[in-house]
Amino acid sequence: MPFLELKNVCKSFGGTKVLRDVNLAIEEGEFVSIVGYSGAGKTTLISMIAGLLRPDSGSVKLRGEEITEPGPERGMVFQNYSLLPWLTVAENVALAVDQVFPTWTSEQRKAQVDKYLAMVNLTPARGKLPRELSGGMRQRVSVARALAMEPKILLLDEPLGALDALTRATLQDELVRIWEHDRRTVVLITNDTDEGIMTSGRIVPLSAGPGATLGPSVAVDIARPRDRKTLNSNPAFKHVRKAVLDYLLGPGGRQKTTVNRKLTLPDLLPEDLNEPRTLFGAKRTARRRSEEKLETVEIA
Amino acid sequence: MIDLKAMPAPKTRRNYLELSQLNKTYPSPKGPAVIVNDFNLEIAEGEFVTLIGHSGCGKSTVLSMVAGLTDVTAGGMVLAGKEVTGPGPDRGVVFQSPSLLPWMTARENVMLGVNQVFFTASGNERLQIAEYYLSVVGLADSMDKRPAELSQGMRQRVGIARAFALSPKMLLLDEPFGMLDSLTRFELQAVLLELWKRQRITALMVTHDVDEALYLSDRIVCMTDGPEAEVGDIVTVPFPRPRDRVAVMEHPEYYRLRERLIEFLEVHAHKKRRVAFPTGKSVSSEAAA
Repeated sequence: MPFLELKNVCKSFGGTKVLRDVNLAIEEGEFVSIVGYSGAGKTTLISMIAGLLRPDSGSVKLRGEEITEPGPERGMVFQNYSLLPWLTVAENVALAVDQVFPTWTSEQRKAQVDKYLAMVNLTPARGKLPRELSGGMRQRVSVARALAMEPKILLLDEPLGALDALTRATLQDELVRIWEHDRRTVVLITNDTDEGIMTSGRIVPLSAGPGATLGPSVAVDIARPRDRKTLNSNPAFKHVRKAVLDYLLGPGGRQKTTVNRKLTLPDLLPEDLNEPRTLFGAKRTARRRSEEKLETVEIA
Repeated sequence: MIDLKAMPAPKTRRNYLELSQLNKTYPSPKGPAVIVNDFNLEIAEGEFVTLIGHSGCGKSTVLSMVAGLTDVTAGGMVLAGKEVTGPGPDRGVVFQSPSLLPWMTARENVMLGVNQVFFTASGNERLQIAEYYLSVVGLADSMDKRPAELSQGMRQRVGIARAFALSPKMLLLDEPFGMLDSLTRFELQAVLLELWKRQRITALMVTHDVDEALYLSDRIVCMTDGPEAEVGDIVTVPFPRPRDRVAVMEHPEYYRLRERLIEFLEVHAHKKRRVAFPTGKSVSSEAAA
């Protein structure tokens, strides 16, 4: 029995089918990336795993039990960080810890907060408010908060989408480091194939909507730690990249509609707007490219 | 007798755009801050050149100076034999955010520039121009929609159509796909290339996406980190045109060049990296990057 199982999951909003026949099985300890277009239904999919949404039909099961509501065994990290702006970094994390471990002593809870803040390298920033932090640091707080609940599965919904390329690379490496620490099950939602390849053991492409569904899984057989630079000469990297991109950009990933229309492009040359529009009352006439072409022939 | 076949097709000028000793200095309380120093670049007619570098290295400043949107402190620019001083419709700009007028439809947004540049043409011809470009970028059925009704990717398509519709001498693209997700980005790159191959407008693009640079350009100019950014490395991209994403990615040189570019960017990233939180108020390395 797989650890997390989605079977024939369908979801519609207001008559529009967002997801159809989504089937996915994830084993315990796996790091799986779901790569797809924005607007395809990636967030809908992960929200159903988190229990924030219920599927219209089909089932979502964690260890054989149907998921019906959100719970602390599934830690979620959102793209927009979702931190409480009036609480400090440590208080934001403590909020989750206090909820999940009410029977612990306050020392135990404080130790828990400190442990996870240290894990994401935020110990020096524990007393800061979210607005005093950069985007990358806010997302670290969000990761620490999710991890401190000691969830069975970590759900990451485009956690690095709002960050610049450099910060994203740093945090990707950090996510992998944290995952290697205790090999918790991770589902990462992203639109960046390379991010999936850098972090995951398996990539599942999600086709474009409406009616998006999961494509064939691609295993990432690349030894860790993975280095962005030397990866380029790795045949496995090229293979995975091609397989995922070909599916997503090819006919399976995107339904394309074509229209046939007769178009005319007048063969005109642009006017120089620095010259006056009228000269002694005479209006300028349009310059056609054909006339211009005649001129060049004469010169040659 | 002149053998027409042996004659070279339209004569390409080696130095269609010439940037010489460009310098941009801003006054600051600590004395003048040099952003770009002694920047030299020559672009041939019909060439697609990309400036690549990290955020803050000054690559957008260079583009903005060519567009005439930022004043040049020192140095000069010549486009098609004329000195460039201010902004003008002979340079079509595609911005990172499409900058469309929200109360106008896609067609009206494109018509705005077309009406200026082709004021001598008939109304019907101007409409044909706008509709032609909007159709080619894939918006044949969405011309009457306002920006709010369009997705981010579709808005950027309008931005691309608007720039091409002016038949500019030069196309300037400032991280045109930076706000899009990586898959939509691939799609729009194909749209841009499709349009570009029809006219081969000389283009200068700024990006930090290595794949984008390799897919689109003839030449990639790597800029070192600012301040005082300069040209670090120039990579010639050998892939034959017209290009197709699958073929480009399977080209034996593709991943070798990709590695070279990533290495360049990594070297220049680590140079600037600082330890997070050395003091209380300092920004971390990533905030500065």
